[in-house]
Amino acid sequence: MTRATFRVHVDPGRCQGHNRCYSVSPDLFELDDLGMSSEVGPGLVPVGLVSQARLAVANCPEHAISLTELTEAELTEAPEVKAEVRP
Amino acid sequence: MTNRHPPVGDFATDFDHTDPAWVADPYPIWDDLRQRCPVAHSDRYGGTWLPVTHDLVSEVAYDHEHFTSRAVVVSEWRPGPDDLPAPIGLSPPITSDPPFHGIARRMLLPAFTPTPTAALEPFTRELCRELLKATDGRTSFDAALEYAQHIPVRVIVRFLGFRQEDADMFRSIIRLVLEEVDLPVEEREERFTEVDAFMDAQIEDHVAHPRDDLTSFLLEAEIDGHKLPVELIRGTMVLLMIAGIDTTWSAICASLWHLARHPQDRRRLATEPALMDTAVEELLRAYAPVTMARLVAADFDFHGHPFKEGDWLLLPFPAANRDPAVFENPGQVQLDRARNRHAAFGLGRHRCLGSNLARMELRVALQEWLARYPDFELSDPAAVTWSAGQVRGPRTLPVTIRQNGS
Repeated sequence: MTRATFRVHVDPGRCQGHNRCYSVSPDLFELDDLGMSSEVGPGLVPVGLVSQARLAVANCPEHAISLTELTEAELTEAPEVKAEVRP
Repeated sequence: MTNRHPPVGDFATDFDHTDPAWVADPYPIWDDLRQRCPVAHSDRYGGTWLPVTHDLVSEVAYDHEHFTSRAVVVSEWRPGPDDLPAPIGLSPPITSDPPFHGIARRMLLPAFTPTPTAALEPFTRELCRELLKATDGRTSFDAALEYAQHIPVRVIVRFLGFRQEDADMFRSIIRLVLEEVDLPVEEREERFTEVDAFMDAQIEDHVAHPRDDLTSFLLEAEIDGHKLPVELIRGTMVLLMIAGIDTTWSAICASLWHLARHPQDRRRLATEPALMDTAVEELLRAYAPVTMARLVAADFDFHGHPFKEGDWLLLPFPAANRDPAVFENPGQVQLDRARNRHAAFGLGRHRCLGSNLARMELRVALQEWLARYPDFELSDPAAVTWSAGQVRGPRTLPVTIRQNGS
């Protein structure tokens, strides 16, 4: 178990359903019935998945994904998340 | 390749996307225009514009106020007053503008998410193996005609629920519609009438015998509680057929063409299967087949250029993908390129509906090819021919097999 230090967010106004983020990191993103993406839950990124999150940002053709560092206050409130890293 | 127009002198002021120089190798032309213009103009096709930077291509793709998608294939023909008007257009949703575009697109999107796409993968893989098996024992053959071109046709034929025997007919229709854009108007209209008749027969058959396929899905679909008018269903089916076949065929062929000419990439991809995901994206970036088009919706000034209502605009996503302002060493194929924000499937609301399907077909086609033929090369580089028009890819690709795999 590890604490998240980043939050990932998909802007629904920009996402066009290219599905690149979901392909790069299926643990951090999920698709709706139309194939539009959103972050899983509150979008907290386990330390082990930060590089995947960065790749998702760098591969989104629509610049729809943001990755922000949690603030000090958020860090103390952030629940522990399972750090699942796919082989 | 057809060539009914006079040769181009200066691409900045007189470009033509069916010109032999453009067809053979458009990248140096776009590189040059990017330095010089970067918005070129031509009086051909009744007036056409061409922005070549990633910035400008994005700007147009996101601008639904000044540009309409009512027609997306630049030719001597333009939609007239009797044709389905904006915002619907002849082949929704590619020819639709907001707000109708969103309604038509939402109706189709569920059929193209990763789940239904994955359901077509076993069929696609089996098909690739079958096509390769038919080349057994031969050391040279045409990879475009005997392998790549059959894959998307037969996948979309299955998806739409038509007979596999219709695949050959499909291919000839597509070539006429997409490549013979410089045909006289009357001849082009006649071709479209043939396509409509074929689609009507398929629709009638599906009305009489509904089944679990995309055609029945369209016939049962409703917008605001109403079934869709038949011309809209027909237009959408023509769109899916045309958009799903030539494009994917081109991507598969261009990828095989690249691998045939680059032994190091070929070997790497054959021995490092984990590389496939970034490789597919990189090949899509470098050899993006599709250039879109728009019509200018109203007179306005576009970065100092006097755009007039009804002017064509070519939207070259392949040129955007080669812009050094966005991609490091854009002319170089790097199979492990990890940061790849390419626009091969377009940008904005008209993002290619079938992008998941196309990616699956390209990946499976390359995996199966490399498993069987890990080492191959072009039989004669000069014998490779390329399509003319807005979808770019090799149309003949004679290869020589150097090593058999499984």
